[in-house]
Amino acid sequence: MAELTAKDYATDQEVRWCPGCGDYSILKAVHRALAESGADPANTVFVSGIGCSSRLPYYVETYGFHTIHGRAPAIATGVKLANPELDVWVVTGDGDGLSIGGNHLLHAIRRNVDLNILLFNNEIYGLTKGQYSPTSRIGTASPSSPGGSIDQPIDPAQFALGCGATFIARCVDIDQKALPGILNAGQAHEGTAFVEILQNCIVYNKDVWDDVSSKKTAADAQVLCEHGAPLIFGKARDKGLRLNPRTLSLEAVTIGEDGVTEADILVHDETNPMIAELLVRMRDPLPTAMGVIHRRTQPAFDQAYRARKTLERKTRVKDLLRRGNLLDRR
Amino acid sequence: MPAGFVTYIHMQNRAFAERVPISYNSRPFFLCGTTMSTTATQAARRHVVRFAGDSGDGIQLQGAQFTNASALAGHDLATLPDFPAEIRAPQGTRYGVSAFQIQFGGDRITTPGDAPEVLIAFNPAALVVNLPHLEPGATIIVDGNAFTAQRLKRADLDSNPLEDGRLDAFRVHAIDVSDLTLEAVKPHGLGAKDSGRCKNFWVLGLVLWMFDQPREPTRRWINRRFAGDESLRDANLAALDAGHAYGETMEIDGTLAQKHVPEAPLAAAEYRTITGAEALALGLVAAGELADIELMFCSYPITPASSLLHHLTGLEEAGVATFQAEDEIAAVCSAIGASFAGKLGVTSSSGPGVALKTEALGLAVATELPLVVVNSQRAGPSTGMPTKTEQSDLYQAVYGRNGDTPIPVVAARSPADTFDTAIEAVRIALRHMTPVFLLTDGYIANASELWPLPDFDSYAAIDTARPAPGSQGAVFERNPATQARVWAAPGDAGYIHRVGGIEKDAQSGNISYDAANHQSMTDLRAKKLAQVADYMPDQTLEQGVMGGLAVVAWGSTYGTIYQAVKDALAEGYSVAHIHLRHINPLPSNLGELLTEFEAVLVPELNTGQLATVLRDRLLVDAIQLNQVNGQPFAVADVKAAIAAHAPRRMQEVNRG
Ligand SMILES: Cc1ncc(C[n+]2csc(CCOP(=O)(O)OP(=O)(O)O)c2C)c(N)n1
Ligand code: SF4
Ligand SMILES: [Mg+2]
Repeated sequence: MAELTAKDYATDQEVRWCPGCGDYSILKAVHRALAESGADPANTVFVSGIGCSSRLPYYVETYGFHTIHGRAPAIATGVKLANPELDVWVVTGDGDGLSIGGNHLLHAIRRNVDLNILLFNNEIYGLTKGQYSPTSRIGTASPSSPGGSIDQPIDPAQFALGCGATFIARCVDIDQKALPGILNAGQAHEGTAFVEILQNCIVYNKDVWDDVSSKKTAADAQVLCEHGAPLIFGKARDKGLRLNPRTLSLEAVTIGEDGVTEADILVHDETNPMIAELLVRMRDPLPTAMGVIHRRTQPAFDQAYRARKTLERKTRVKDLLRRGNLLDRR
Repeated sequence: MPAGFVTYIHMQNRAFAERVPISYNSRPFFLCGTTMSTTATQAARRHVVRFAGDSGDGIQLQGAQFTNASALAGHDLATLPDFPAEIRAPQGTRYGVSAFQIQFGGDRITTPGDAPEVLIAFNPAALVVNLPHLEPGATIIVDGNAFTAQRLKRADLDSNPLEDGRLDAFRVHAIDVSDLTLEAVKPHGLGAKDSGRCKNFWVLGLVLWMFDQPREPTRRWINRRFAGDESLRDANLAALDAGHAYGETMEIDGTLAQKHVPEAPLAAAEYRTITGAEALALGLVAAGELADIELMFCSYPITPASSLLHHLTGLEEAGVATFQAEDEIAAVCSAIGASFAGKLGVTSSSGPGVALKTEALGLAVATELPLVVVNSQRAGPSTGMPTKTEQSDLYQAVYGRNGDTPIPVVAARSPADTFDTAIEAVRIALRHMTPVFLLTDGYIANASELWPLPDFDSYAAIDTARPAPGSQGAVFERNPATQARVWAAPGDAGYIHRVGGIEKDAQSGNISYDAANHQSMTDLRAKKLAQVADYMPDQTLEQGVMGGLAVVAWGSTYGTIYQAVKDALAEGYSVAHIHLRHINPLPSNLGELLTEFEAVLVPELNTGQLATVLRDRLLVDAIQLNQVNGQPFAVADVKAAIAAHAPRRMQEVNRG
C-alpha cells in the first residue's frame, strides 16, 4: 500500500460544521495523525454518538459508525470485542459523553477497552442550538438557562481519572503542533486513551476557552506535561509548578524569584495518579494542564476478554445436543 | 385408604435444622411426537405431582431430579417451576413458598397439569398456599415435624390444618420426615444442620417409590455433586434410600399403594429433557454453526432472562462469547457494534430491559444490521412480577418504536421449541439484514419437557450477506428478494464505508435529507418485512377440523391449548388449533385460512395483544380469552371457552 497522506483520509463528503468551528482543526489533526501512524483505512473504525462533534466519522476515509446519542463507547466496545485487531476511535461531545452517555463512558474507561476516545468539550450542546451542558461553567447563559446555569459542572479529565483511566490527555482544538502527536500517543496506548479537546463552538459558546487558549494568554495559562520534564510554563519559560508538601497542593512559582530554582519545580511523572489528580484539578490562577497528563500500563480489557473468550468453535452442536441424561428409544 | 384418613408417624427426636438450597443445575427434558387419544384410562396413564416448601427445602432440585427419573423411565412430561420473588424469603412464610409441578406419564403430555393429585408440602405455609390447586381426593404428604405452633404462626394459621378438618376431603399422610431423615443419616456423622438438609432426598426417595421411578439418575447426581465430601454424599444417598424403603413399609401396612406408570409410546429417537433457556442457548449456538458466524451475546441480568446468559456462557466452546454489559442499552449497543464488526450480535432481556433497548433497535433497522433480540417476558407493567409469566410484550415487539420501524417477530411455543425458533430468528436476521425479536417467557425459560434430539444434519445452512473475501463492491446494493444489503465489516478493504442512524441515501449510504429518498427508504424497510413472509411456510393446523372454531394462539400457551383442543375434539366440538411462530409478518395464508372458520378464539396471557394484531393486519374479529394472574392457563379454562364458542360436530356424542 502506497503511503497515505493526510488528504487521503478525507472523504468526498462536504464538511458541514459552521465556518470557524473548532471541529475543523480537530478533523485536520485527526487526518494528520492517521497519516502519521500509517493507519490502514480498512482496519480503522470511527464510532460516534450524536452532536456536532459526532459528525466527524463521515469526514474520515475509514470505516465509520455514527450511532445514537451517548452510546458510542458501548457500540465501540462491541466492535473492539468482536475484532480486537481493529484500531477503534470514539468521537463524542461534552453532552454526548458526559450527560446522556456518562454511564457508558465510565464503563469503557474502567474496563480499559482499547479505544481512543476524543471528547470535544465546547461546554455547550451545539447541535441542539446552544443549551448549557454538564461541563458548562456556573452562570452559563443559554436558551435553557437564560439567567445563567446553576449546576456544578464536571471536568472531563477528572471524571476519567475517577473512572480509573490509564491514559488522559488534554489539548486545545487549534493546537496543530501538539494535537496530532497526542492523538498518536493515544492511538498507541493499549487500553482506553481519553483525550479531552477544548473546542470552540463559535456560534453558541464563542471563545469560552479564550482564557486558556487565546494567543495572548496561552503561554501563561497552559502548562504542557511531558514525562520526566519539569512542569515549566510561561512565555519566558520562567514559571513552574511546585508541590507544597504542607498543603499537598501545587503552586505556581517564578524561577529566579524568592530563591526558587529549577530544582524546586515538580518533575512530571505521567505514571503517578496522584500527580495526575493535582494536575487535572488546576484552574485559574494556576495554568491548565495540557499534553499527556497520565499514562500507565494495565492490560486492555479486549485482550483479557478474547484470551478467555476465543470465539472459536471447538465443540459442534451435534455433541452439545447429546450432553445430559439420554433416553435411547431408537 | 379412605379420604380424610390422617396417618401420623411420630418420632421422638424433634431436633432438625432447615436446609439451604443446593445450587441446582436444571436438567433438560424431552418431547414426544406421538398422540394418544383421550380415554377413560387416561387418569391412570398420567400423574400430576407438586412439590412445595421453602426455597431452602431444595424444591426445584427435587423437581429436576424427579423429572430426570421420569424421563429415563420413558415417560413424557412437562414441568412448571413456580418460584417466589424473594431469593431467601423468611422460612415458613406463605410468600416464601417455592413449588415445582410435573405432569408425567405414558401419554402425550403438553402441560404441567391443572390440578395435582399428589402434593408434597414441607411446611404449613406450603400446604395452605397450594390447597386451592387440589381436587378432592388428592393425596397430601406433609412433614409432620413442621407443624409446630411456631411454624403454624409463621404461616398465619390459627389452627393446625392437620387437625381442624379442612383436609377432610383429602388423603393426608403426615410423616415426621425431619426425624426420619435424622435417623437415616445418623451413621454418617453429620451435624444437625447438614443432616436436616438431607430431608429433600428422603422425600424424593419416597415419591420416586410412589411412582416406581428409578433412583439411579439421582444417585449419579449425588455422587457427582458431593464428590468432594464423602459423608455428605453418603448421608444424602442414605436419605434417598430411607425414603424409598419407607414407601415399601407403607405399602406393606396398607396406607399407600405404589403406582406403576406405563411408558409413553415414544417415537424412535434419542430423548433428553431440556428447559427453555437451555434449548434457546443451544439453538443460538446451532444457528451460528449453520451460518458459520460467531455470536456475540451481550446482556444485562434480569429475571427471567438471566438463565440464557448463564447457559450461553457455559457454551463458549461453541463459537459464542458472552459480554455482561453495564445496562441494557449498552448490551444492545455492544451487540450492534459486534454486528457492525461482522459477528452476529444477540441481546436478551425481559420487558423493562427491552424498553431500554428500543432506541438502539431503530439504529439497527436504519443501518440494516442483523441482530437478534430475545425477550423473556414477565408480568408487567414496570417491574411487575419478575418471576411470574405473561405474554404482554407483544405490542412492544410489533409496534413499540419511534418512526416507521418494522422488525420481524417470532415466538417460541415450548421449552424445546426455542431451539428451532432461535434458528429461525437468526435465519431471518441474516437473510434480510435486520434485527429480529424472539419472544419467549418466564414459563418457557424455566419449564422443561422431553425432547427428541433433532437430526442436526438435516438443518439447512444459513446464508449470510458477507462479501466474498478480497472482493470489492457497493455496500448498499440490495438483494431484491430480501432487501439485504452487503454485510461489509471493518477489515473488508473493498467496502470501506460510513453508516449511521441519520437517514441515508438508498444507494451511497451517505447522509440524505432528500424527501423522495426518505420515502423510498421507508418503503424499502416495509418491503423487507413483507419479504420475510416469502420464506415462511404456510400456516397449518396443529390439529382439529376446518369450519367451526379456530383457536389462534402464540407462545407458551401452546401445551395447554393443544390439550384443551384435543379434549374438545374428542367431545365432538368443531374446533382447530392454529399456533403462530411468526407474528410479524403473519404467514401469508393466515387471513385466507381464518375465513374458513365460523369464529376465531384467541387465548392469551395478556389483555388481547395478538387479537389486536389480527384485527389490525387481517381485519379478523377475534373472541378473546385473557388471563393475567401470573400463571399459565388451565386446560379446563381454555376448554370451557372452546365449549362456549365452538359448534358441535357430532350430535350423538356422550356429554357425560
Ligand atoms: C436520545 C436523544 N436525546 C436527545 C437528542 C438531542 N441531542 C442531539 S445532540 C445533543 C447534545 C449534543 O451536545 P454535545 O455532545 O456537547 O455535542 P456538540 O453538538 O456540542 O458537539 C442533544 C441533546 C438526541 N439526538 N437523542
Ligand atoms: S454549532 Fe458550534 S459546535 Fe456545532 S458546528 Fe456550529 S460552531 Fe461547531
Ligand atoms: Mg458540546
